[in-house]
Amino acid sequence: MSTKKSINVALIGNPNTGKTSLFNQLTGLNQKVGNYPGITVDKKEGSTKLSNDYKAVITDLPGTYSINPTSADESIVLKTLLNVRHQKNLDVLVVVADVENLKRNLLLFSQVKDLEIPTVLVINMEDQLKRKGITIDLDALAKELGNEVILASARKDSNIQSVKEAIIRCYEKAEAAPLLDMNQKIDANYFQKLKELNPNYSLYELWLMLTQDTFPDAISEKEKEDIISFGENSKNLKQYQHKETIYRYQKINEILKKTYEVDRSKATDVRSRLDKVFTHKIFGYVIFLGLLLLIFQSIFEWASVPMDFIDATFADLSSWIKGQLPEGVINDLITDGIIPGIGGVIIFIPQIAILFMFIAILEETGYMSRVVFLMDKIMRKFGMSGKSVIPLISGTACAIPAVMATRNISSWKERLVTILVTPFMSCSARLPVYAIIIALIIPDNKVFGIFSLQGITLLSLYLLGFFAAIIAATILNKILKIKSRSFFVAEMPDYKVPSAKNVFLDVVEKTKAFTFDAGKIILALSIVLWFLASNGPESFENAEQTVIEQVGDRQIPQDKLDQMIASAQLENSYIGIMGKTIEPAIEPLGYDWKIGIAVITSFAAREVFVGTLATIYSVENDDEDTSTIKERMAAEINPVTGKPRFNFAVGMSLLVFYAFAMQCIATLAIVKRETKSWKWPLIQLFGMGLLAYVSAFSVFQIFS
Amino acid sequence: MTTIASLHIGESAYISEESLGEIPLKLLEMGCLPGAEVELIQIAPLNDPLYICVNGSHLAIRKETASKIQIIKAAE
Repeated sequence: MSTKKSINVALIGNPNTGKTSLFNQLTGLNQKVGNYPGITVDKKEGSTKLSNDYKAVITDLPGTYSINPTSADESIVLKTLLNVRHQKNLDVLVVVADVENLKRNLLLFSQVKDLEIPTVLVINMEDQLKRKGITIDLDALAKELGNEVILASARKDSNIQSVKEAIIRCYEKAEAAPLLDMNQKIDANYFQKLKELNPNYSLYELWLMLTQDTFPDAISEKEKEDIISFGENSKNLKQYQHKETIYRYQKINEILKKTYEVDRSKATDVRSRLDKVFTHKIFGYVIFLGLLLLIFQSIFEWASVPMDFIDATFADLSSWIKGQLPEGVINDLITDGIIPGIGGVIIFIPQIAILFMFIAILEETGYMSRVVFLMDKIMRKFGMSGKSVIPLISGTACAIPAVMATRNISSWKERLVTILVTPFMSCSARLPVYAIIIALIIPDNKVFGIFSLQGITLLSLYLLGFFAAIIAATILNKILKIKSRSFFVAEMPDYKVPSAKNVFLDVVEKTKAFTFDAGKIILALSIVLWFLASNGPESFENAEQTVIEQVGDRQIPQDKLDQMIASAQLENSYIGIMGKTIEPAIEPLGYDWKIGIAVITSFAAREVFVGTLATIYSVENDDEDTSTIKERMAAEINPVTGKPRFNFAVGMSLLVFYAFAMQCIATLAIVKRETKSWKWPLIQLFGMGLLAYVSAFSVFQIFS
Repeated sequence: MTTIASLHIGESAYISEESLGEIPLKLLEMGCLPGAEVELIQIAPLNDPLYICVNGSHLAIRKETASKIQIIKAAE
C-alpha cells in the first residue's frame, strides 16, 4: 500500500459555524470518540485522505467563542492548544468561521494565529452569501490576514477539496506568524518583562497561562510558579485583557472595512419572522410543549415496534444457541447470562436513538437556543439555567449523555445542580420496571372513556420524577454555597434547515456512547448475576436432593418438579443468601428476599430488575416477555397473608422506589468524571437512596 | 442610568465607553464592545433574559448583566 504522510489537524471555531458539518464532510463515518490524554473527556477524531501523498487525522475541538475559557468545553480547547508546542501533536489548525458572523469569528482566529501554529481559515456557509447580501474580497482578506483563506460550504459539499489542498500547503510551508503585536499597544514595558520570564514559550502563550491559570503538561513546577507569582504582582490583568480584546476588534474592523461588505437591502430576514413565533409569550410555550408531547409520543409509540423485534430476536437467538451448543456451564453462561445481558442493552437503542434524533434536529435548526431563552428565567428559580433544559430532556432517555450535555453551562453551580438532579428524570431503563408493575397492579380501565388508567399512571411517574428533580434542585440551590463568577450568555443562531448527515452522525455517536458505556457494565453484571445465581455453598449443591426427598412418593409432573428444584437452588445460591440477609431491611417496604435480590442487582442498572425476577421466578428465559413473567409474578403468593405478593401497596412502593433511587453505576461513573470528585456521585447515591427508601416505606404503609 | 436593560423592543443605542470595566470579558469577545450599536430584539416572557443584537451577534443575556452595561441613545 501507499505510504502516505499523516498530518495532524484540529478544527476549531465558534459554535454554529458549521464546524461539525465540515468535520462530517471530511471524515464521513471514519469517526471515533477517544479521550484527551490526561483528562477523560470525549474527543472526536476522524481521518481523511487529502491527496495521493497525504492523509489527515482530524480532531473536532469543542465549539468556542474565544481561547479564554468560561466553560468545561472551552477549557479543553485552551489546554490542547497550549500543549501543541511541546507535544507536537498538531500540525495544522483549521479555524472555521461563517460568512454572517465573520467579525466575531475572526476574534478567535486572531487568538489562534497569535499562538503561531500554521492555520487555515475556512469561511463556511458560502451558500448564504447571497441571501444575506454579503460580498467578501477573498484575496484581499487573505493578504491582510497573512493567511490561507478558503471560502466553502460544508453542507453543500462545495470547495471541500480546496480546504484539503490548503491544509497540505499550510503543512508544507509550516510558517506561522502572529497577527498582532498586542504588547506594544497595551503596556510595552509590562509585556517585555513577561516575555523575558521564560524563553521556552511565546509571549501569547505566557499571557494565556498567566490569565487563564491553565498550563501545558510539559511545564515544570518552577516555571509554573514563576508565572503564577508574576501574575500575583500584576495589578491590571483584567484591564489588559479588556484592552487586548478591544485591540483585536479594532484590527479586525480595519481589515473587514477593506474586504467585507453587507448590503442589508438585499438580505432576506427569515430570522425575525420565526423569532416572533418561537419566542412569543404564549405561542412560544405552546409550541415547546407540543414538541415535547410529540417527542414522548414517538418514544413510546414508534419505538415499541423495533423494541419488540429486538426482544423477540434475542429470545430466539438464546433458545437457538441453547439447542446448538452442548449442554453445560458454557451453554448456560452464554444463553442465560451474556445474550440476555446484551439484549437488555440493545433493547433501549430505539428509544434513545429517537430521542437523540429529535434533540439533534432541534439543535441543528437553531430552535434549541430559543428554548434556552424561553426557559432561562423559570429554570433559574430552581438554581439551574435555560441551558439545563436539554440535559433534563435527554435524561428521559438516559442520564449518561444528559450529564455530558451540561458542559456548555458556564456557571459551575448551575451545572452541578443540573448534573445532580438529572437522574431523577425517568430514563428509559425505568420503563420496563414501570411497565411490568403497572400491568400487575393497575386495572386496564379507561377514565372518562378515553384515557387509559395505566397510561395515566405511567405519565404520573414521569411527572413524579420531573417534580422530584425540580424540588431537589431548589433545595440544592439553597444548600450549595458555591460562588460562581461566570455569567449567562447564549448565542441565538440563525435558523437553518437541519442536515440529515449531521443528525445521523450525531445520533450514531451518542447511541454508540450509551451502548458501550452502559453496555459494558450491564453485560458484566449480567454475568456476575448469572454466576451468583447458579452457584452456592453446600446447601445449593444439595438442593435437588432435598426437593426430591421432600416430594417423596407423591406424583408430581416433571416440569413442576424441575421448577421446584430451580427455586430451591436459587434460594440457596449466593445471591439467594444475599437476598435473605437484607430481607429485614426491606420488609417494611413490603418486599421479600426475592424482590430484594432484584433491587440489589438493579443498582447496577434498573432494567436488570425484570430479568432478575424472571430468573428468580424460574421462568423460561424470554427475559422481557411480560406476559409470562407477569403471570408468574401475579401468581406469587405472600406466605404470611396467603394473598398475592404483588398487591397494590407493594407495587406502589416499588414504583416510587424506582422513580427515586439512584440505581445506575454507569451514571455514577459519569458524574464522577464530570465533577472530578467522588463526593457528588456518593451524595446522589445516598441522597436519592434515602429518599427512595423513605418514600417507598410511606407509600407501602399508607396503602397496606 | 441608561443601560441595555432600559431599552424598548426594537430600539437601538450605542454602548458607552464608560462601561468597559463592567462588561464581562466573554461578552466583549462576543462583540459587545464600547461604541458598538446594540438593538433589543425581544424580551423573554418573564421579562428576562434579553435578546439583543450587537455588532452583528445575536445574543441572549440576563437582565442582571444587561443592567450593568451603559448605553447612549442617539439624539432624537
